[in-house]
Amino acid sequence: MSADSIVEVKEVGKTYEGGVEALADVNVALPSGRLSTLLGPSGCGKTTLLKIIAGLIPPSRGEIWVKGKKVAGPGPERAFVFQDFALLPWGNVLRNVGFGLELRGLPKEEREQIARKHIAEVGLKSFEASYPHQLSGGMRQRVGLARALAVDADIILMDEPFSSVDEQTRRKFQEELLDLLKNRKKTVVFVTHSIEEAAYLSDQIVLLSARPGTVSKIIQPNIDREGRSPDEIRRDKNYLDAVDEIWQILKHYI
Amino acid sequence: MILFGRRIPIFFSLAIWFVAWEIIGRAELSTIVPPFSRVVAAAITILPTGKFTTAAFISLRSFALGMALALLIGIPVGVLMARVASVGKLLGMWVNIFISAPISALVPILMSVIGIGESTVVVTVFLFAVFVIILDTQVGVKQADRSLVEMARCFGATRRQVYTKILFLSALPEILAGLRLGVIRGVKGVVIGQLLIAIIGVGELFELYSQNFLMEEFWALVMIVFMFAFMVSEAVAFLERRVEYYASAR
Repeated sequence: MSADSIVEVKEVGKTYEGGVEALADVNVALPSGRLSTLLGPSGCGKTTLLKIIAGLIPPSRGEIWVKGKKVAGPGPERAFVFQDFALLPWGNVLRNVGFGLELRGLPKEEREQIARKHIAEVGLKSFEASYPHQLSGGMRQRVGLARALAVDADIILMDEPFSSVDEQTRRKFQEELLDLLKNRKKTVVFVTHSIEEAAYLSDQIVLLSARPGTVSKIIQPNIDREGRSPDEIRRDKNYLDAVDEIWQILKHYI
Repeated sequence: MILFGRRIPIFFSLAIWFVAWEIIGRAELSTIVPPFSRVVAAAITILPTGKFTTAAFISLRSFALGMALALLIGIPVGVLMARVASVGKLLGMWVNIFISAPISALVPILMSVIGIGESTVVVTVFLFAVFVIILDTQVGVKQADRSLVEMARCFGATRRQVYTKILFLSALPEILAGLRLGVIRGVKGVVIGQLLIAIIGVGELFELYSQNFLMEEFWALVMIVFMFAFMVSEAVAFLERRVEYYASAR
């Protein structure tokens, strides 16, 4: 157990009703203030692992420890960004972004003030009164991200957040995400099936094997992002090496 | 409606039928069809009478009580059936039997159990309306987006908040559709209940007019009841349209 890890996954296994074994004996520690990616072939249980960390699914075996406490369910130190956005169709952007605070019982005025700040941060200023069905996929995910930022959790869990938006929006999103995280001490756990996305964003990549998923390898790309443009990063030797290394491992599982 | 290439307001379709009715009535083809104008005149005379207002008051009270019961019981039962698998299995078959069963056939039994009075009518209204409300609520809650429930739990929602802030609102379009159908059935329930009991409310008046062959008054009463049923169903439809903006976008 290293001192600066905020999430610890200890011998976690998950067998679904009906006997499908999704995860077997997963051990991994996620460093505080860093972005870790869970990457693996489809069906390897990476989303299951993320939801177990979130406390949404109970593990069949093993334990999750977050900030030194054993996880028994969802908690205020963890926020989730959903693949399908999970926005309230009857709520406008302001209500959706403030929803986590609403559940905590914050007065309307206070939560709307906080929500407005985060709406502006994700670039949705002047869309406060719009409803989800009036927004594009990319904009909807910005709402989902703003909602997660608004509750000020230490850990943000992201389940393939950019998989339902187009490639161009996706790249822009990745850059913005790094920008948003730069000045905060957030720990991000990010599930993706894109090798490039994982290499581009991550401080640490947890490679999972095919089902039942278990940790195959942990890669730290060690890319120097400070003061460099996205295009420079994408040409960085360490970035390219990481992409290659991941592919060399993953291709055995496909 | 478009006739001979011209748009005609929907109101005219009614007008055409009223004209046809008037002609048939004036031709004196049958004693049970008086001219439309005389029916309207009869409606205007009976509306202010004490007998009518008392009957209308009793009927509305039975209707309101029965509907309130149907909502208070129907919505929670529907939610429970959708959320708890065993309850759904236990009650599902019964709800489906009762929704298609001729409830009118049960009214005589209710009369012998509950007595000949207003409570029997209230129970009749309840039985007419409750099953469709249960069924629609169940469907609405079942169709609720699972990831919205997950999202709410993730952001710390209590069980109660999951029900009030996610499931109920998700199911609201279906609940309102159920309410509209329930209201229509409830009107039938009042009339059928009171007709079979035949000594209270609008049912008594129907009985009185048809026994004494007062066809104008009889048809006037039919029209008043029809209009009432139409109006309440339109009122619920208005509410439904207000939630439609998200019903279609779910």
